[in-house]
Amino acid sequence: MSLKHATPMLDELEKGPWPSFVSDVKRMAAKGNRMCEDWLGLMEMSYRDKEGHWKHGGIVGVLGYGGGIIGRYCDRPDLFPNVAHFHTVRVNQPASKYYNTEVLRKICALWEKRGSGLTNMHGSTGDIVLLGTTTDQLEPLFYELTHELNMDLGGSGSNMRTPESCLGKSRCEWSCFNTQDVIYDITNEYQDALHRPMFPYKFKFKASGCPMDCVAAIARSDCSIIGTWRDDIRIDQAAVKAYVAKEIVPHGGADGRENRGFDIKAEVLDLCPTKCMEYDGTLKINNKDCVRCMHCIRVMPRALRPGLDTGATILVGAKAPILDGAQLSSVVIPFIKMEPPYTEFKAFVEKVWDWWMENGKNRERLGETIQRLSLREFLKATELEPDPRMVNSPRFNPYIFYDPETVPGGWEHDGVAFRQRHQA
Amino acid sequence: MSEEAKTRILEWVKQQKKTKHYFNDLCKAVPEIKMMAAKKIVNELVNEGKLKYWSSGSTTMYMLPSEGDVDKEEKGMN
Repeated sequence: MSLKHATPMLDELEKGPWPSFVSDVKRMAAKGNRMCEDWLGLMEMSYRDKEGHWKHGGIVGVLGYGGGIIGRYCDRPDLFPNVAHFHTVRVNQPASKYYNTEVLRKICALWEKRGSGLTNMHGSTGDIVLLGTTTDQLEPLFYELTHELNMDLGGSGSNMRTPESCLGKSRCEWSCFNTQDVIYDITNEYQDALHRPMFPYKFKFKASGCPMDCVAAIARSDCSIIGTWRDDIRIDQAAVKAYVAKEIVPHGGADGRENRGFDIKAEVLDLCPTKCMEYDGTLKINNKDCVRCMHCIRVMPRALRPGLDTGATILVGAKAPILDGAQLSSVVIPFIKMEPPYTEFKAFVEKVWDWWMENGKNRERLGETIQRLSLREFLKATELEPDPRMVNSPRFNPYIFYDPETVPGGWEHDGVAFRQRHQA
Repeated sequence: MSEEAKTRILEWVKQQKKTKHYFNDLCKAVPEIKMMAAKKIVNELVNEGKLKYWSSGSTTMYMLPSEGDVDKEEKGMN
């Protein structure tokens, strides 16, 4: 296979036991794909010189949309003219990324016709990422994507980003609400926010059906919707005994199918973060102390299940470490029923957006605005009552500030007079 | 109200030395209007071709159509 550019450094990436993206791109180049040929040359130069040669950003897009297309240009078009323009297209993935092969073939065929043929399945926000096309192909691509594949662009820039969910009730018995339906509903309800920028920065929704949080909503989304329950963990005592008697393999066989020794005290009771369980032939759980860590349920899935009064915990403010370091989201609504049409949830979201738009600085994520202006201000704006479950360590943190307006009778504080009485 | 607000936003943009503006900055031209309502006005300006988007991929900004040109951008001149 003779290619336009020699790629000795990239070739090293084909030598491991794992599949290589270099081999994939070379295969495309060998079929006459000129973008792929020059992409290989450009990447080789970047690896050799230890410098990137892409410029991100621009005014390219499709009519009526302020997101979904990210301009990308090569800064050495003289050497690699076929990747001089290499725009990225984000396509809104189906909920939980369910496809049939017919759709996948159509996406690939469309992208080979209108772009480089290179895809990233999927980007970290969840979108299907189509890598590399030219400006003249954007409108035809968008037309065919929307009219022939019935798909839409995803979010980019200062938009609401493409919402993402775990598999939810489609495959998971632990899911406490229909994550796919919530995400589909949010996507339709907030089309304007998804396609036309209006926020100080990006805004992400992610929905996980249970506290296992398989889409890492707590780490990656400005608004995390994480399934939970408010009644008791369901216990099948006969199945607990079967685990103890080594008749059922723990962890659903995830750490080996062989029936190894299982010690309920060491593997379940002692690992419970609040020590709310005991076993004396019957498993007892003090559900008031349960923090929904899911460990016991994960180890003994045949014996334990989430309760039946299910809903979600809403958390806000997670982000990746671009500015100020990484941040996990914080609980603001400990429990909410997540049932269509999700009116209560949407009313909350709209209050959040109003406050963030009015108070957020440019390129400031929601979590950073809350950190700067305080959770108390956020709670006032969203009309939520403070709750001990919003505090990381409520039993250890003595710094509780009361607002005179919210305490019956209130009080007045004269700072000058106070200093006169406490002069040292 | 909307037409007057559009005019004020465009006038503000034309007075600036910078060519790209954040949405928050555009709203300085119409401080009495809530951001959510201002967004609709700015979108109308985009739809009418009087403003256009510039996106880095992570952040979106706005500029006058005369300030940015796809041909120039693609030749690396913007």
